[in-house]
Amino acid sequence: MPVKDYIRERFFPHIWCSGCGHGIILNNMLRAVEELDMDKSDIVMVSGIGCSARISGYVDFHTLHTLHGRALAFATGVKMSQPKLKLMVPMGDGDALAIGGNHFIHAARRNIDMTAIVMNNRIYGMTGGQFSPLSGYGTLATTAPYSNIDHNFDVVALAQAAGASFVARTTTFHARQITDLIKQAIEHRGFSVIEILSQCPTYFSRKNNMGGQIEMMEWYKNNTTRIGSKAKQENPQLIERGIFVQRDMPEYCDEYDKVIEAAQK
Amino acid sequence: MPDLVKFIQGNQVVVEAALYAGLDFYAGYPITPSTEITEHMATRLPQIGGKFLQMEDEISSICAIIGASLTGHKVLTATSGPGYSLMQEGLGYAIMAEIPCVIVNVQRGGPSTGLPTGPSQGDVSQARHGTHGDHAIIVMTASNHQDIFEITVEAFNLAETYRTPVILLFDEVVGHMREKIILPEKGKLPLVERLRTSVKKGVDYHPYLPREDGRLPMSDFGSEHRYNVTGLAHDMWGFPTSNPGVVHGLMHHLVDKINNRVYTIEKHKEYYLEDARTILISYGASARSALHVVESRRRRGERLGLLELQTLWPFPFGMIREKCENARYVVVVEMNMGQILEPVKMSLPPDKVFLINRVDGVFITPTDIRNMLRIIHGKGV
Amino acid sequence: MAKLKLKEHIINQEWCKGCGICVHFCPKKVLALDDNDKVMVVLPDDCICCKMCELRCPDLAIEVITD
Ligand SMILES: Cc1ncc(C[n+]2csc(CCOP(=O)(O)OP(=O)(O)O)c2C)c(N)n1
Ligand code: SF4
Repeated sequence: MPVKDYIRERFFPHIWCSGCGHGIILNNMLRAVEELDMDKSDIVMVSGIGCSARISGYVDFHTLHTLHGRALAFATGVKMSQPKLKLMVPMGDGDALAIGGNHFIHAARRNIDMTAIVMNNRIYGMTGGQFSPLSGYGTLATTAPYSNIDHNFDVVALAQAAGASFVARTTTFHARQITDLIKQAIEHRGFSVIEILSQCPTYFSRKNNMGGQIEMMEWYKNNTTRIGSKAKQENPQLIERGIFVQRDMPEYCDEYDKVIEAAQK
Repeated sequence: MPDLVKFIQGNQVVVEAALYAGLDFYAGYPITPSTEITEHMATRLPQIGGKFLQMEDEISSICAIIGASLTGHKVLTATSGPGYSLMQEGLGYAIMAEIPCVIVNVQRGGPSTGLPTGPSQGDVSQARHGTHGDHAIIVMTASNHQDIFEITVEAFNLAETYRTPVILLFDEVVGHMREKIILPEKGKLPLVERLRTSVKKGVDYHPYLPREDGRLPMSDFGSEHRYNVTGLAHDMWGFPTSNPGVVHGLMHHLVDKINNRVYTIEKHKEYYLEDARTILISYGASARSALHVVESRRRRGERLGLLELQTLWPFPFGMIREKCENARYVVVVEMNMGQILEPVKMSLPPDKVFLINRVDGVFITPTDIRNMLRIIHGKGV
Repeated sequence: MAKLKLKEHIINQEWCKGCGICVHFCPKKVLALDDNDKVMVVLPDDCICCKMCELRCPDLAIEVITD
């Protein structure tokens, strides 16, 4: 398999549960890197803590496995200090938007060039099934045994409002779209966010009577649609997939070069 | 460039010293009384082509400097009390992943928001134990601008030598005070540069395998060796492990690389110790008042001496024992409830160790010290 | 694009965790789980080489090789 050039084979099989969507994201992220023909030594993958964050251990890039929620802050230091590097920052939904929510909006606001991937399984997988800021009202979790009263963020709307210059969404069912969106995000100059709905058969779907990995992926197929599709007009409940935002904006490292120029005048 | 005489704040000295040491990356978040460090960095770094980041908080600030250290840069962040508390998790990461970096805490009154502009030395114990888990740490301080300069440069040297975070624990008084400083000519103070691996491309590189001299050569992110960095217990390649033998070795390596080298790392200053019957032990701004008392009493023939600590941790138990052996009274002067008093008491017969302190947000003066010394010496109030 | 022709499916038994995603979503029902819950090829001639099994495999355990 050509993507094998990009992994640390000795650590496989990986630690994720059978059917976990995070593996599908890994699979197609590698394809994106391969199709772009990137040099492994130009890529730094920074992750936080969670099942999702373990992804960095499996890829043969420079890898920085950090603290819960702080991946983007570490990545900001790496990128600012060495702008020629390509930063990929996969995060869990709790990682990115609960404990890391502040870093998320501020990285977006700066429009610093990196690719943030929110591996959204709507639950805290690693700690065993507590609700996350993306679980949503009415879901069940070990910490919402009577039904969750917390409303969820809309990652796309949040990223857009915070200033991200590339914002997209897809699911693990839509594997080819994962590759396509990650490729475009990497090539985009600025802060890109891709939300990927990813099943956690062990906790989220089991707790919420949504079956296993197969039922979850069927759900992704049946409950999502292309942005602006006719289906969406007929059924507003459908979750849209595709690129929501793609705009040219001054990138942070480039802007700082201007600061250096001004300071040295 | 020849020596340059300046009249500036202690906080600005930190900036100039860091630049002298080779700093070219800073991330921080403003907080009194360390804000001037962040401000001066914003002005100075782009002038030399370096990078300055004002982050969204202190948590992200320490994370950002760790990231930048990994690409091969000398890095620093500065903060005070509440911000330093927020940095504890990141600090532990830098200890575990062995990332060279320097963290300045210009102390203020605490706990909590406490006394933002009040002088205090209340973070000495936190600096030792603040982050969770067994660990060793290097913490240094200074009482005047010339020393701030040298100690700051030394902090960078130690961070590189031992691949570790180094804490600079200053206080509001020295941070804000203006006094004369001679900025040394380039080359006058020795600098330790990043030790990079000589292992060639394609050859197995072990980021966490110490050389015979104990140092661990690094490889910059972006260069040919791709490895893993984690805060989890890890093997010599940087990959997570829970193998008891490996974890045991890692824990001892992390602690021993510092605690077994107290005599090499440790720095202090001695004033009139040879025949001193009473030795004041002090550090930072408190040591200024203590020195004032010692010098004025010496002129009157009193056998008073001062041992000024510049390395607070690892604590120099042996040095204290040696220097204070013959003293009748050993008096710790500090602006907290006795945070250095404790380890001093562990070094000496406790009944000859006394404390002179202030914790009310007011700088401890020579008069305070003189008055208390009278009581300790049994001369009444 | 010319139609792809199957050479073989390479299955990594060690890595396969038997989640059944490839089996379920294969449009031609080419795959099945064996007694040990590992994927196996049952109808190779029906394979249309869409490679969706390969792309959706969470374990990087299946590869569709074409001529
Ligand atoms: C400061 C801190 N708080 C809490 C934790 C415990 N913790 C580890 S992972 C995690 C949540 C994981 O959920 P998510 O980020 O959604 O990723 P997933 O495991 O679902 O992929 C938590 C709460 C931690 N490691 N650090
Ligand atoms: S607990 Fe959930 S998120 Fe974690 S590996 Fe298992 S399926 Fe994946």
